[in-house]
Amino acid sequence: MELVEAIILSVLAASTPLLIAATGELVTERSGVLNLGVEGMMIVGAACGFAGAWLTGSIFIGALFGIAAGTLMSLIFALMALGLAVNQVATGLALTILGVGLSGLIGAGFVGERITPAAHLHIPGVTDIPLFGRVLFGEDGFVYVSIALVIGVSWFLYRTRAGLILRACGDNHASAHALGYPVLRIRTFAVMFGGACAGLAGAYLPLAYTPFFIPGMTAGRGWIALALVVFSSWRPGRLVVGAYLFGAVTILQLHAQGWGVGIPSQFMSALPYLATVVVLVLISRARSGGSTAPAALGTVFVPDR
Amino acid sequence: MQLVLEKRAERSGTIALVSPLIAVGLTIATMVILFAILGKNPLLALHAYFIAPLTDGYSLQEIAVKATPLVMIAIGLSLCYLAKAWNIGAEGQFLIGAVAGSWIAVRTQGTDAGAWVLPAMLILAAAAGALYALIPAICKVRFGASEILTSLMLVYVADLFLDYLVRGPWRDPHGFNFPTTAEFDPVATVPLLIEGGRLHLGSIIALLVVAAAAILLGRTIKGFEIRVVGAAPRAARFGGFKADRLVILTFAISGALAGLAGIIEVAGPIGHLQPGISPGYGFTAIIVAFLGRLNPLGILVAGLFLALTFIGGEQAQIAMKIPLDVTKVFQGILLFYVLACDSLILYRFKLVFPNRQVTRGAG
Repeated sequence: MELVEAIILSVLAASTPLLIAATGELVTERSGVLNLGVEGMMIVGAACGFAGAWLTGSIFIGALFGIAAGTLMSLIFALMALGLAVNQVATGLALTILGVGLSGLIGAGFVGERITPAAHLHIPGVTDIPLFGRVLFGEDGFVYVSIALVIGVSWFLYRTRAGLILRACGDNHASAHALGYPVLRIRTFAVMFGGACAGLAGAYLPLAYTPFFIPGMTAGRGWIALALVVFSSWRPGRLVVGAYLFGAVTILQLHAQGWGVGIPSQFMSALPYLATVVVLVLISRARSGGSTAPAALGTVFVPDR
Repeated sequence: MQLVLEKRAERSGTIALVSPLIAVGLTIATMVILFAILGKNPLLALHAYFIAPLTDGYSLQEIAVKATPLVMIAIGLSLCYLAKAWNIGAEGQFLIGAVAGSWIAVRTQGTDAGAWVLPAMLILAAAAGALYALIPAICKVRFGASEILTSLMLVYVADLFLDYLVRGPWRDPHGFNFPTTAEFDPVATVPLLIEGGRLHLGSIIALLVVAAAAILLGRTIKGFEIRVVGAAPRAARFGGFKADRLVILTFAISGALAGLAGIIEVAGPIGHLQPGISPGYGFTAIIVAFLGRLNPLGILVAGLFLALTFIGGEQAQIAMKIPLDVTKVFQGILLFYVLACDSLILYRFKLVFPNRQVTRGAG
């Protein structure tokens, strides 16, 4: 029982950065913008988040640093892809290349330093309930934020007028523009939200997942988050399922390595990446009839006057 | 007052020509600011980056050696990007090519195998790179899975596979437990062009690839198809060009070139297979392809320039203790400026005064 609880806890921990980053990207993509720079924004968020927490001694301020860094990175993307109408795929790649370099530069002075990781919730009595006590009431703050984020985004997209307008921009920017909505401004906000989430997701890694910073510590999680958005058919609810499935695969391979299964560790480490490819193929195949992607996703929009 | 983009009636030829130069200029200006923030003398740093490597023969050769994989990979990527097929996993195809070619080198090690070894390694590496690139291409064409994400995921897989081989079955028994194969035999090594120098046959192969790409794009129907499918997909459909087949073809070519670059790097300057054989050539080649405006000759120049930043970065680290990551930042910023300047080919900036029009209408 202890083991089951430990596995569920570690799955949640591994899934949370994926869930946060993917939720942000989902909003960005729902507005019609494909920002492939999630990995770059995450890794800068990780470096700045750790720097913030190390300098101030506060995990909360560290998380804010991560959010700010991710948002700033996304603003570069918005300036290029929305302001200058540059190809979004190329801009996203550039953002990732830049982010990897920047994070190395920012984080160089912090490699080898340690911080106290984010505290876990503890309600006397409740958290100690066997089986689900720690799973439900003993997580770190990021886990609860990620759940709140998904619920909030779901509510925003489907229950508010602003969410409807945002989705309209993503499905047909020309019509949204004709109706008088400021398409580029709405998309800029959506891109910034995506950046803030990616920065927070990146900051989670050195602030809660491991209490130290290593260069390249996001290890492709930003790209997996992008794949999760496809997996979810651009629906926040399915994102939760996808993220936890992926977290489970990650933890499974870690445990399998620990149990000394006769498979080389490198093959187990490759599992999450191979699983991403397989899932993308299966999902895309199942959907071959009609696409559920926002219709205007990744297309350039320059308003006509 | 508002700054807006306005579509040009036709693409500006002048800007198409000077935009890479503007981008390089803006990048250098940004770097000056970055150097100042890092507390380094910007002029000395720029000298270390861009001038010092050009002043001695060894560094000049080293630039050509570094440019070789960049140019070969970028030529392949440019074909993909012209056809709007987004292969961003060249790094993985590079690694798989290196692994496949090394297989022959490892198997023939210490035997009296003849001169066929190196050609066989090159061919196998190209074939393996092409096959590895076909995975995302077929997933895209057959199932509609995003080639961007699948090709990138396979980079991590290739990296781990190489790591497994050199730590496991292929590890040099006399290598003091270092994760590396034994040094390749002379027949499995890319010959040097200058005795005792660094320049090797791979640079010649890269030049041949550039020439072949220039002919393919400029003189053949296939090259025309690639450009039309990317630039005007509707027209291409009316013309009966099969976009799917071109995705497969361009991925296969770019995978083959990346694989070839991989084995040349391993059997040339490095001499054995080990982890970390690439400082991100596959990703830097994306910048090379765009900086070269997806044009073979442009890519040759751009490849040499980015190779210069690699060498300059190393020298600046040694001479001025400037972190190596500055090179990556430089490359990222450069790509941003290149893309931004490219936008000016199709659009122009215009200042608009929305209020004045209203008052004029009222008066």
